Amino acid sequence: MKISTLRNNLRDYGLLISLIVIIGFFQIVTNGILLQPLNLTNLILQNSYIVVMALGMLLVIVAGHIDLSVGAASGFIGGLAAILMVHYEWSVTLTIIVALLVGMLIGAIQGWFVAYARIPSFIVTLAGMLVFKGSALALLQGQSIGPFPLAFQSISTGFLPDPFGGKDIRVFSLIIGVVLAGIFVGIDWHQRFKAQMHGLNKEPTALFAVRNFLFAAIIIYLAWQLSTYKGLPTVLILMGVLILFYQFIAGRTVIGRRIYALGGNEKAARLSGIDTSRLIFLTFANMGLLAAVAGIIFAARLNTATPKAGNGFELDVIAACFIGGASASGGVGRVIGAVIGAFIMGVMNNGMSILGIGIDYQQVIKGLVLLAAVFFDVYNRNRSQFG
Amino acid sequence: MAQEPILSMRNISKSFPGVQALDNVNLTVYKSEIHAIVGENGAGKSTLMKVLSGVYPYGQYEGEIHFEGKLQRFEDIRDSEAQGIIIIHQELALVPMLSIAENIFLGHELAKAGIIDWHTAYVRAQELLNRVGLKELPSAIVGRLGIGKQQLVEIAKALAKRVRLLILDEPTASLNETDSEALLRLLLELKAHDITCILISHKLNEVMQVADRITILRDGTTIETLNCAETLVKEDHIIRGMVGRDIQHRYPQRRPKIGEVIFEVRNWRVYHEQYVDYEVIKGVSFNVRRGEIVGIAGLMGSGRTELAMSLFGHAYGRRINGQVFIDGREVNVSTIGDAIRHGLAYVTEDRKGWGLILEQEIRKNVTLANLPKVSQRGVIDENSEAKVAQGFRESLRIRCSSIEQFVVNLSGGNQQKVLLSKWLFTQPSLLILDEPTRGIDVGAKYDIYTIIDGLAAEGKGILLISSEMPELLGMCDRIYVMSEGQFVAELPRSEASQERIMHAIVSSVQS
Repeated sequence: MKISTLRNNLRDYGLLISLIVIIGFFQIVTNGILLQPLNLTNLILQNSYIVVMALGMLLVIVAGHIDLSVGAASGFIGGLAAILMVHYEWSVTLTIIVALLVGMLIGAIQGWFVAYARIPSFIVTLAGMLVFKGSALALLQGQSIGPFPLAFQSISTGFLPDPFGGKDIRVFSLIIGVVLAGIFVGIDWHQRFKAQMHGLNKEPTALFAVRNFLFAAIIIYLAWQLSTYKGLPTVLILMGVLILFYQFIAGRTVIGRRIYALGGNEKAARLSGIDTSRLIFLTFANMGLLAAVAGIIFAARLNTATPKAGNGFELDVIAACFIGGASASGGVGRVIGAVIGAFIMGVMNNGMSILGIGIDYQQVIKGLVLLAAVFFDVYNRNRSQFG
Repeated sequence: MAQEPILSMRNISKSFPGVQALDNVNLTVYKSEIHAIVGENGAGKSTLMKVLSGVYPYGQYEGEIHFEGKLQRFEDIRDSEAQGIIIIHQELALVPMLSIAENIFLGHELAKAGIIDWHTAYVRAQELLNRVGLKELPSAIVGRLGIGKQQLVEIAKALAKRVRLLILDEPTASLNETDSEALLRLLLELKAHDITCILISHKLNEVMQVADRITILRDGTTIETLNCAETLVKEDHIIRGMVGRDIQHRYPQRRPKIGEVIFEVRNWRVYHEQYVDYEVIKGVSFNVRRGEIVGIAGLMGSGRTELAMSLFGHAYGRRINGQVFIDGREVNVSTIGDAIRHGLAYVTEDRKGWGLILEQEIRKNVTLANLPKVSQRGVIDENSEAKVAQGFRESLRIRCSSIEQFVVNLSGGNQQKVLLSKWLFTQPSLLILDEPTRGIDVGAKYDIYTIIDGLAAEGKGILLISSEMPELLGMCDRIYVMSEGQFVAELPRSEASQERIMHAIVSSVQS
């Protein structure tokens, strides 16, 4: 009984534990470079656009579909933003608004073909991938365009200002870290309390305490590390807000619940009065919007738009979702899982680069990790069902 | 005729958890005869044929199968096919995208070293098509043929496999008259060529037209075998044999309080989703009153589910027309959302396919059709949701470890209760129940009956579709009999009996 509770809880946190183990491993083999303030900041900046797209991709995958076009779409949006700002000298705000709208339109068009024309999403988005890759090339005429206005760059290169004017340490960023840790523990405590009231709580007290202590410690530690460099990156804050928002959408709202139902059993969802076509359409439109956000972040980070931007991003994004426990047949997957999955990929990329492992073997290792992660997930699920 | 048995099944018994499907069944089939097996849905016909064809392998049933003088121990269908026993199911097993020739030789292709000899295949296929009297090219795509022709392709496929005993399960259920006639003539022709045939059919006139002997099954036992050559077999005799059983006290005592009409359908017509010109529902009109349980009896394939699903927001069918009245006002139920808003609920016969989200919690399944009720501004209140689920768990006595249990891990009866909860939570005024007790054990059945009775007592209208006639007779205040897409009889409780229902069906398919 006790062992099985522990095992169940371990399964829930298995992913996070894997991430911590991977971080620990690379921290040791890179002699502590991995978590140095500068590298930690880079790690976040490098992965932000993957994480942002993984949020949308998770919903698409949970709905039982796939979007192969997100890399190309984000590259196209980056190029579009560059043209608008550099050639046409549009303001940064207007450019961003238009870029986001175009992204949403791209998603909506593909969503229409999937939801209403009933063409498999694999095909629609494969076509979309080619179209947007080509469009980006045409738009940029094979050239790189930059640099961008400072306001635009600061999306990716900005840091949280420190009103306390700390010199060696950005006090404000650290305070935010501590407050976040406090909020996290508070929410968790509140939910445990509510669950107990309804007699639903199954988690042992010790585990609850250890978990909260560890999480709070990790958040504060990371905030400390970042504070000793330039503070919390703006992108991290944007990313954090998006993660919380989509976590909320997926877990707590009617629309989120319906997406899970749609992926779990489309026929049953339809027979329950759910407009499944509209829902599919919306998940794709949302994916397009997030691809645009990612495209903007990526262009801002490089301070230039290149025709190659976005190449292969879709693979990292999809891999993040599957490593994070999403099911390829739909209906199963967690937002936080996809985020952790993205960071597992990111930490491995970063760690292996520090170690000087070539891009060739990096890909081999990443492929194997993806396969292993899904294999253990499937294996565990089957065992718990039949054993 | 040589009275030498080709097949003898001796003392066959087979049980599933909670059900004795076959109980000491004996069946002897003589060489080159057409032997019909008749019985109600659930009498054990299909189970018996599955035992015979090796779907249930040797060891999973009791008794012996002797075929062509030898004791047989089939491990799977391939074993029985190797002996020349070939079964054609009601649901045809053809690949619609492939040609006739490809289908005929599927699984035993005419190949050398893995390379198919198409020339020979087409020539052989043409010969077989001639034999079954199908005027189509072997290269024709099967999916474009009508059901009757597909049936003939199945038989050609069987002939290609050196068939000794051909089993046809309801071969004419979905055929029109001309096609049925052609098929029956073909059976007689095959008989002349020494092919023995077992024919399972509800259409007694057809059975009596071609069968040499008829075995009647009921409740998993052999009632009798009639020899058509010796005695004049009467239809009444067969029907009594098929249904002759008393309804035991397996149903709650009903005290119906029937009010005004709350649901009425006029001249409802529906066309098939794939076969564009095939009218599935041919102008059905009926009504349900407040507090009334109205049954729809009929054989499988008579169109009951299609009727229910087409009424429920056009969830089935094309070119649907007809009028629906709720509380005397005509309403538009062309989307499922509309249907639910107007107080309709449809509990599907296919729990796992169309009903539940198996890999989700009981709680989430229960609220799915009415999420706005437990949410505010699009945000779900999980506490009130849990309360709702907990309430149904208690009132319908759903046996589970908690409402957070995945429904996939529940028993059939408890899954059915979760599905019922989901629809009760939409607070319908008319509840359509499609085979609500299919595949669940006797105790859970009684629970479900009690729930249905309680809902009627609350003043809801209930439309109960069932293949189990005792269930309809035990529960319903009024029964419509459906056959081939039409209502062919309406029987009040006082006049309803299994014989009358069967008569209504049989006489309708004969005319």
